[in-house]
Amino acid sequence: MKRHVWRPLFVVIGLVIFILLVRLWYVPDDFGVQERGYTYGYHRLSNEQEWKNYPAKYRDRGYCADCHVENSESISMSPHAVIPCQNCHGPALNHPDDPKGLSIDRSRDLCLRCHSKLIMPSSGRNDIPGIDPAKHNVGIECSECHNPHNPSLEDM
Amino acid sequence: MKRRDFLKSTAVFISGAAVSLSSLELLDPQEVLAANPDLRWGFLVDTYKCVGFCVKACKIENDIPLEADVTRTWVERYVITKDGKVNMDSPKGALNGYTSKLIDQNESGMKKIPDADITQAFFVPKLCNQCSNPVCVQVCPVGATYQTADGVVLVDRTWCIGCGYCIMGCPYGVRFFHPVANVADKCTFCYHRISKGDNTACAQACPFGARRVGNLRDPNDPVAKAVLDQRIGVLRDEYGTKPNAYYIGLSKEVH
Repeated sequence: MKRHVWRPLFVVIGLVIFILLVRLWYVPDDFGVQERGYTYGYHRLSNEQEWKNYPAKYRDRGYCADCHVENSESISMSPHAVIPCQNCHGPALNHPDDPKGLSIDRSRDLCLRCHSKLIMPSSGRNDIPGIDPAKHNVGIECSECHNPHNPSLEDM
Repeated sequence: MKRRDFLKSTAVFISGAAVSLSSLELLDPQEVLAANPDLRWGFLVDTYKCVGFCVKACKIENDIPLEADVTRTWVERYVITKDGKVNMDSPKGALNGYTSKLIDQNESGMKKIPDADITQAFFVPKLCNQCSNPVCVQVCPVGATYQTADGVVLVDRTWCIGCGYCIMGCPYGVRFFHPVANVADKCTFCYHRISKGDNTACAQACPFGARRVGNLRDPNDPVAKAVLDQRIGVLRDEYGTKPNAYYIGLSKEVH
C-alpha cells in the first residue's frame, strides 16, 4: 500500500490507543456489570457502599427515650403517643453532643397539619379532632393552652 | 419412501426441533441466585391512613433544600365532588402538610369546594417505585444510575453527567435535578437507613403507619404479607415497569 494510505491509518490507530489508555486511567476498577446484569446493573460497585454510608439525621424513637424517660412516658399516655418525638423536636442528629439542644417546632401550622378540620370522607384524616383555624383562638400558639404531650384540656 | 416412514421421520424431526437450544444449556447457579436473592425491598402505602406529614422528614434526612421545588417524596390530595369532578393539589409537595380546605389550582388560584359537595377525599403519598424494570436505568448513557441486587435504584453522583434522560424517562416523575449536587436525584428508600436495619425517614415520621418499607421475599414480613393477602394496587401498571410500591385503597383517579 502507498504511504498516503498508511499515514492517516497510523493517526487513527494512535488515537484509538490514546482513548483506550485514557479509559483505563479514568474508569474505576470496580466499574462494570454487577448482579442486575448489563441492562440494570452496569455501574461503579463502590457507589453502593457510599450510599450506605450517607449520614442519617433522624434517630429511632428509643434513642430519645434512653435519656428523656419522663417526657417519653408522659406522651405515651396521651393520644399523641403515636407521634414520633422528632416530628416536633427536629432531627436528633448527634444530640446531645452535636447539637447540644434541639429547636422545638411549636408553631400553630404544625398542629394544624392534623387538627385543621378538613372534610376527607374516605380518609382517616376525617376522624382526627379538628378546629376551624379561622375561628379558634386566631393568632396564638396552640401550646399556650394545650400541652402537646397531653393535649386534652380536661385532663390538665 | 413409504407413507408410514415419511410420517415417522416427520414426527421425530418435529420433536427434535421443539427442544430449543436454550433448554439444553446448564443453568449457572450464581445467575439464578442473583435473579432471586433473599432480599428485595418493597414499599407499602395505606392511603386510608395518610394525612400528609412525611415530606419534611424526607427532605431533612436526604439533604434536599426545604424551599426548593423538588422533593423525593410528596403527598397528593384528591377531592372528588358529587358531579364526578376530580380536584387534585400538592402545594410544595405537601412539605407543610394540608391545613386549608382550599385546593391549590396553580395559576387559576385557590378553589373552594363546599363541604356538602364532597363525596370522596383522600391523600396519596408518592415516592420512587424501585421498579423491577426501571426505565430510568435503561436510558442512562453513562452507567451512572443502576439497580442494586436488593432492588433499589441509585444514582452515582460522581458519574452522573446531568443529561436529564432519566428525569424524562421516569413515568412516575419521581426524579429531579438536585439543586445543590447538580446531578439527577431520586428516592433511595433511605438506603443508608434500611441497609442498617432502620426504618426509612418518611415511614418513621408517619404517626399513623401509612408508609412501610419491607422485604418482599420474606414471607413473614408485614409488607410482603399485605401484598399477598390484601387488595392492593400499583401505579401505572400498563407501563410494564413492574413497580414495587404497593398501595392499599388506590382508586382509578390516581395515576
